[in-house]
Amino acid sequence: MTTIAEPHGAGEPDAPTPPDAPAVPEHGHHSDDAVAVASQWQLTWWSFRKHKLAMIGAVVTLALYLTVIFAGFLAPYAKSFYSPEHTYAPPQQLHVLDDGRFGLYVHPQTAEQDPSTLQLTWTVDESARTDVGLFVKGDEYRMLGFLTLDRHLIGPVDPEGDPVFLLGADKNGHDILSRIIHGSVVSMTIGLVGVAISLVIAIVLGGLSGLLGGLTDTIIQRVIEFLMSLPAIPLWMALAAAVPPTWDPLERYFAIILILSLIGWTGLAREVRGKFMSVREEEYITAATVDGAGRGRLIFGHMLPQFTSHIIAGLSLSIPSMILAETSLSWLGLGLQAPVVSWGVLLQEAQNIRVITTAPWIMIPGLAVVVAVLALNFFGDGLRDAADPYKN
Amino acid sequence: MGRYLLRRVLIMVPTLFAISIATFIIIQLPPGDYVTTLIAQYSAQGDQLDGPQIEALKNRYGVGDPMIVQYWKWISAILFHLDFGESFAWQKPVSSLLADRLPLTIALSIITLLFIWAVSFPIGIYSALRQYSAGDYVFTMIGFIGLATPNFLIALVLMYLGMQYFGTGAGGLFSPEWKDASWNIGKLLDLLGHIWVPLVVWGTAGTAGMIRILRANLLDEIRKPYVTAARARGVSETKLTVKYPLRVALNPFFSTIGWVLASLISADAIVSKVLNLPTMGPLLLDALRSQDMYLAGSIVLISATLTVIGTLISDLLLGWLDPRVRLGAR
Repeated sequence: MTTIAEPHGAGEPDAPTPPDAPAVPEHGHHSDDAVAVASQWQLTWWSFRKHKLAMIGAVVTLALYLTVIFAGFLAPYAKSFYSPEHTYAPPQQLHVLDDGRFGLYVHPQTAEQDPSTLQLTWTVDESARTDVGLFVKGDEYRMLGFLTLDRHLIGPVDPEGDPVFLLGADKNGHDILSRIIHGSVVSMTIGLVGVAISLVIAIVLGGLSGLLGGLTDTIIQRVIEFLMSLPAIPLWMALAAAVPPTWDPLERYFAIILILSLIGWTGLAREVRGKFMSVREEEYITAATVDGAGRGRLIFGHMLPQFTSHIIAGLSLSIPSMILAETSLSWLGLGLQAPVVSWGVLLQEAQNIRVITTAPWIMIPGLAVVVAVLALNFFGDGLRDAADPYKN
Repeated sequence: MGRYLLRRVLIMVPTLFAISIATFIIIQLPPGDYVTTLIAQYSAQGDQLDGPQIEALKNRYGVGDPMIVQYWKWISAILFHLDFGESFAWQKPVSSLLADRLPLTIALSIITLLFIWAVSFPIGIYSALRQYSAGDYVFTMIGFIGLATPNFLIALVLMYLGMQYFGTGAGGLFSPEWKDASWNIGKLLDLLGHIWVPLVVWGTAGTAGMIRILRANLLDEIRKPYVTAARARGVSETKLTVKYPLRVALNPFFSTIGWVLASLISADAIVSKVLNLPTMGPLLLDALRSQDMYLAGSIVLISATLTVIGTLISDLLLGWLDPRVRLGAR
């Protein structure tokens, strides 16, 4: 990082904005005065805001994590709900207008089985209707771990009547929309937890490597190069296959996370090392050393805050690859297993072309994966560009 | 160049050693030993292994010996006799199982690599020279989606579309009528009709990454002062892009052979399963499911070794192409 000498405090992440800071116009150029006193985080935010795709990515990412928190409320049904007579029921069209007035309903559908091929043919009954409502009573669920509620954002008005499948049903008659929403909990957190583990390894090893240099650096770099040279998927498969099948879902979940982060930390560690090496040479670090600051204070007080934003950007770019890896492993049958619901587990149903031609909607969970990965990528890219606000 | 080559080859030795250790650990991971599994397998089929046979097997795999002896017996058989052990699920030597599939895996990987180059080269140049044009946005968007979609999903969607709109069959490299035929023009044409699906599926992520790298490098390069100076002296625009900046921007094409090959071999397991290709990937998956560890371990070992060789080739090409690389490494 080639920074022009900054006022010492500017590097502090939590330097409060002075209350009398000049008003900043919403868009366009910030006055020089405002820039001069702005904290690093404020500069980062200003530069991030200009990046439209990154802003969209940030909003979608936020929406996805809110979905994780409020999954029980947003999903029409509980994840265990199924309706045996609705095997592979196609998505129902939601009608919004009822005789010119607002009113939600769908047409119920019935299946007929061809006696010789056993193929199901679904017909929509245009004359009947199933009323759909907002904030309806349905299955009970727990929110935030302690609230037991039974209201759902959307669902059939009569919980005992015909079920509503807005995105269709799978082989067992599970509602795909509900399962995608419940699956977000595992799929979106597997990235977060995995990245948290990777982060700890990366900061410790990358930091040691960058700060100490010499033999330590060489050894750690060789290990990283070695891990990076391994073909990831066969290795993941081999390790995941070694997880004992008797383990319960939670243990399996953490084992898979651990396997993913064992290989995932390397890129981040390189980034941390590079940053430590460049920051080490900065004048303000020399000044702080001369001033008698201890090693701990140098690292945590002066160096880490300088590139926290880079680390956050690196993190948000590692989450999508973990989501993709979990999806692929689970799809292969080596990752998470039912009854756990994740996007990869949902996609296990889409194993061959025959199933997909009967019920193409079982691929919809894949769309959730693509949206999540794209959003996180755009968000991370924007963050990386904005992370160094002193560049210009 | 000679010293660079020697140095680079010497670095491979510890890496390969570490890979072999990792593979050995993978083979040892499942509980129980190989010979016990084999005996159980035989008795399940109503066969019995007699005492001397069991003794010979135990001796061959070093059951009961310390780990180091077991490791040595395993690796020395591979190094000196190309003997990768026995697959108990197939009841065949691993080497004979892989002999069919390894060449096809390598050939497909190389063809895919060429496909990635052929597609990303013109698109990367176009995107850099017409930055922020409609075409640039379209390619960037397709690239992003290609990176964000799991490989198996691309394969499934392509096969679904192919089936719905073109009436093509489901996966495989040959139509049923050509599968067992000997090689002739008809079989070759049949192969060409099928091979584009794996190429597209397999190459999407790599192509997307390559386009982005080439675009970024070329953009950096065409803004450098030497290009402006040359333009001021009246050098033609074609020469200004093709002759100088493009040559520098070409570096990633060679420096990424290593990781592109690695990711291709890595993605093989998933893509081949969907597309029903007779490569190493599906074999690995089956081996892991049935804990056929000598087969699984050998495939991991070979994949990792291929990756290391890919990295070596790319480093050597880069050293030959770019003097900064081979001189800097001294």
